[in-house]
Amino acid sequence: MNTADTTWILISTALVLLMTPALAFFYGGLVRAKNALNTMMMSLVSLGCVGMAWFLIGASLAFGPGSAVLGDTSLSLMRGVGLEPAPGSTIPWLLFVVYQGTFAIITAALISGAVVERMRFVPYAVFITLWSLAVYSPVAHWVWGGGWLAKLGALDFAGGTVVHITAASAALVAASLIGPRKDYARQAVLPHNVPFVLLGAGLLWFGWFGFNGGSALAANGAAVLAFANTMMAPAATLVAWTALDLLRTGKATAAGGATGIVVGLVAITPAAGYVSPLSAMTIGALAALPSYFALLYRSRTRLDDSLDVVAAHGFGGITGALLTGVFAQKAWGAPVDGLIEGHVRLLLVQFLAVLVTLGFSALTTLLLLKLIALVTPLKATWSEEGLGLDVTQHGEEAYAAGDGALLLLHEGGSDLAGELVPKEGGVR
Amino acid sequence: MRLIVAVIRPEKLMDTLESLYRLDVHGFTVSRVQGHGGEGERVETYRGTTVKMELADKIRLEIGVSDHFVDPVVQAILQSARTNVVGDGKIFVLPMEKAYRIRTGEEDRAALTPVGVNPH
Repeated sequence: MNTADTTWILISTALVLLMTPALAFFYGGLVRAKNALNTMMMSLVSLGCVGMAWFLIGASLAFGPGSAVLGDTSLSLMRGVGLEPAPGSTIPWLLFVVYQGTFAIITAALISGAVVERMRFVPYAVFITLWSLAVYSPVAHWVWGGGWLAKLGALDFAGGTVVHITAASAALVAASLIGPRKDYARQAVLPHNVPFVLLGAGLLWFGWFGFNGGSALAANGAAVLAFANTMMAPAATLVAWTALDLLRTGKATAAGGATGIVVGLVAITPAAGYVSPLSAMTIGALAALPSYFALLYRSRTRLDDSLDVVAAHGFGGITGALLTGVFAQKAWGAPVDGLIEGHVRLLLVQFLAVLVTLGFSALTTLLLLKLIALVTPLKATWSEEGLGLDVTQHGEEAYAAGDGALLLLHEGGSDLAGELVPKEGGVR
Repeated sequence: MRLIVAVIRPEKLMDTLESLYRLDVHGFTVSRVQGHGGEGERVETYRGTTVKMELADKIRLEIGVSDHFVDPVVQAILQSARTNVVGDGKIFVLPMEKAYRIRTGEEDRAALTPVGVNPH
């Protein structure tokens, strides 16, 4: 065990954990006020249910020895996960599993952006929990747990494929299956708090230093490279995105800038520890294009991917995965060279990894949602949507004025409040 | 001339505006209000404190119209704002003594007629 490595991964774990509440702010600001709490809770609940699922069985399915397609149950209930170093690393098993758990949590939470303002809370929570076991753990095993994509040589430094492509593919299927919000394409649905979006984007960037920098699993050169690239790529994307905004509308928008930052972070994720800083900036700038235009195109379709998970994480993730195959260099720590060094194989492997991951996540998502729909409706009713999911799902409001709210005394006590309630037909 | 005051559900505002535009009614005032009209109360809980929310969010529309517009406007609102559930709101039709357009000083029917339309 190496104390410097352990320290850095301890810090990184806390940084990545912060990304989930950061995502809650990012998504929460983008929805209408009547759905703000529900949207934020869709991210936060992942900390609980996906976190627990990870420690009980998910981590074992991802990192148990198992086969080339799936881990096993040897580490379930954290059996054998102790303070001795994880195989092939210098940090304790327990820390490794906790660090990876923060990834599982945010990946599942990312999907919520496609179904906000209409998906019922309980089926959603059940869905992401099952999804983290049925999709996230297997794909993490393929890429990081010694599975078949790892053996094939696919590169994914911190989770472009495992995190962003799986989530975006699930988002696409979930948004199509559940259907659009009742107001979608009928009236403008505007973000209720753009400063929240900016706060979320800022905290996501901060947390992403642990996401990418920590993925070296050590306090070493690769960590420094990933850390530096995490600084540079989004900077380039922010500039490119803002330039596109200016060219198209003449205005540099704030919600656009925040989206640009996230797209840059997504795109550099698979490449972070494998490419030069200059390549990172190139990846960041290039990544703005597909996501920007995907976002514009999507809003003209019937696909109500409400917060553009597909445009940001899907297109950003695919661009990043493919550009990793272009810009990876042995000189910067990649196990194999990419296209710029004249080797085409990595790019082809990356392409295959993207396709298989997209297909696997889409099919499994479809199956899970259909199963849950057999038990309980996935979508809120028309009037629940109208009233807002804060009230209907949580019995709370993000911005309660409290005007006319009467205190209810608990059963057993005298129901004084009841006598103050105007009866049916009271004067309005 | 009448002043039509309608209190409707926020989620029916777009439908109601659409129906008004179809009648070529372009002049109105919209406010967010809270009210109570006999609908079932919402119960909310904040960290163990349970409260009954007596007031529901509503939208209040105020539309000043000439006499022959009263019926079409009322019918349009009745149809577009209805969900058949308690809490759909009310329409009040009030007599209106005078109307002025502030910019030009025009009065009554001329003041109520949208810009660019011959009032007669």
